[in-house]
Amino acid sequence: MDVRSRNHVTVTGRVGGPVVMLAHGFGCDQNMWRLVVPALERDFTVVLFDHVGSGNSELSAWSPERYSSMDGYAEDVLELCRELALGPVTFVGHSVSAMMGVLAAAREPEAFAGLVLLAPSACFIDDPDTGYRGGFSAADIDELLESLDANYLGWSGAMAPVIMGNPERPELGEELTNSFCRTDPGIARVFARVTFLSDNRRDLSQVRVPTLVAQCSSDAIAPPEVGEFIHAQIPGSRLTTLNATGHCPQLAAPEETAAAIAAFARAAG
Amino acid sequence: MTCGTGGEEGGRERDNGSGPGEEEALFSALLEDSTEDLYEHAPCGFLSTLLDGRIAKANATLLDWLGYRRSDLVGRRHFSDLLTVGGRLYYETHFGPLLRMQGEVSGVALELKAADGSRLPVMVTSKVKTGIDGQPLLIRTTVFEARDRRAYETELLRARREADQERDRLKLLNATLQTTLLPPALANVPGLDVSAYYHIASADEVGGDFYDLFPLATGTWGLFLGDVCGKGATAAAVTSLARYTLRAAAVYDPDPAAVLANLNTVLNHEYNGDDPRFCTVVFGLLTPDADRGGFHIVLASGGHPPALMMRADGTADFLPTPGGQLIGVLPDAHIATATVHLAPGDTLLLYTDGLTEARTAAGGEDRYGDDALLAFIRDLAPSTASDTIGAVRVLLGTFGTGVDDDTAVLAVHVPRAGSEERH
Repeated sequence: MDVRSRNHVTVTGRVGGPVVMLAHGFGCDQNMWRLVVPALERDFTVVLFDHVGSGNSELSAWSPERYSSMDGYAEDVLELCRELALGPVTFVGHSVSAMMGVLAAAREPEAFAGLVLLAPSACFIDDPDTGYRGGFSAADIDELLESLDANYLGWSGAMAPVIMGNPERPELGEELTNSFCRTDPGIARVFARVTFLSDNRRDLSQVRVPTLVAQCSSDAIAPPEVGEFIHAQIPGSRLTTLNATGHCPQLAAPEETAAAIAAFARAAG
Repeated sequence: MTCGTGGEEGGRERDNGSGPGEEEALFSALLEDSTEDLYEHAPCGFLSTLLDGRIAKANATLLDWLGYRRSDLVGRRHFSDLLTVGGRLYYETHFGPLLRMQGEVSGVALELKAADGSRLPVMVTSKVKTGIDGQPLLIRTTVFEARDRRAYETELLRARREADQERDRLKLLNATLQTTLLPPALANVPGLDVSAYYHIASADEVGGDFYDLFPLATGTWGLFLGDVCGKGATAAAVTSLARYTLRAAAVYDPDPAAVLANLNTVLNHEYNGDDPRFCTVVFGLLTPDADRGGFHIVLASGGHPPALMMRADGTADFLPTPGGQLIGVLPDAHIATATVHLAPGDTLLLYTDGLTEARTAAGGEDRYGDDALLAFIRDLAPSTASDTIGAVRVLLGTFGTGVDDDTAVLAVHVPRAGSEERH
């Protein structure tokens, strides 16, 4: 299968510029980056894609075998790098995608100019034995699955969006509805498990490429200790705390987020 | 009787002659209900939060439901603090981003945590309030109590899961039944290359196509391919009856016309009421031709589409068996026979009408048809059995969902002497 259509790849920005690859996390799709892309397009070649099972990716490519672990997703990232052949990329992974970047960079460091781990977590579940605090218990994750189920019934209909302030262009809303509502509930459950039950703490020390850990000021999903842990584990990494609050700085504070990515990618690329 | 502040009696009273002045007085009394009071005691919860989720305002209804004082929440807590941990994860990964991107999200099912630790199932709708310059200022949220509705939805979800499981079970059952209606392996006939394929149009229903190739008395083999009218369990029962009748009848009297006549009698006896069941079948008797090489084949057809003969020289044509009638309808169905010599390099192809009746474009009206099939086979000839079946499989694949009926195909081919295609 064609990797570009499998992952619904979009390439935009300056041709020949340093490459920034933006990877969305669990829940949404590449639309998550829409507010930071304009700021990056001037100087960078920007690569956007949907994880298989999300957004406009090809659902037929999804299989529980490949996508029940982070490895399948990391392999996809490497396949994208190979297929696009744009040279080393600065990989920006939001939330769960940060660890996909870590795994991919550990496996094939030459494919990466650098990693930006945006609102990352190495493991969401608390580990009392080592004193690691991820912020959640396994029971919490079951509760999330219930929330997903509870919103399964109304997902396609009730989520119909207001048409982005463009009532004269209903196709925009149409596109958005489809894109956001396409997550198959069965796939979402599997992705939720991968996201919240994976433990990648041991993989961090394998990273040998320049890395920026960018965490938010107040993130209900990734507490500050987690960012500090990741920073401490990845040799030579830098840690920055954005003013942005919440778990999605690319939406809450796009300028600040884009500036952090651009400054790092310029130095790395 | 003066009107109260509402109630059904009052309503009727007014209709019975109260003056317009009285009505106005009633409404104005109601309208003294200030907007502030309406906000505070609306039958739903109201919540205003800053963009970072901090609670800026909440109405009395919501505070009452949750058992909080205003000072517990306003300026101190975030909206996500009111959610269960699972709900918070859902909020941060779905609801929040959607709200940022779309400006509004409606009908989201969440659970709120009350001060006493109990949980309140709610439906939440949020809308971003923007300033004149379009910049988002705050988020307004309405909260509807949804205890009964959630119970109902949980029941629906359970029913849906059950239905999904049942459907999977049915598919498995159908697939199993289908395989039992087809021979696990075709007989190995010395000097003959044989290949068959069964295309299942729908996983939800058992189809009614069947075929077999089996040994008879020393040096002869029988083969058949047919199509029972209809689908599902009833058709499967007829398919099963047709198969074992054909096998048994061929042992009793291998003359192809006699075999089909026996099947016709059995079907007439079995389904003689107001539910006639019939099928189209082609039955062949294969005997090696010691003089000329290859096989001598006698074919009998009861209403079945004509077989296709592909010759070693690359020509191909239908092998007409005109006048054969459906099996199982009339007590004395007319059965047409044809005799043919299958020489080295020749291939005989039997098929059901799922192939010719396939729609060439999904959703379209155009059927593939006999002419197109003949042209396809002429292009293909000469060919081996497995190559022919392979080509037909690819052809069926190009129709996709346009193949709305099951399709069975069976090809027999005599390899040329010394050729590597001998199996």
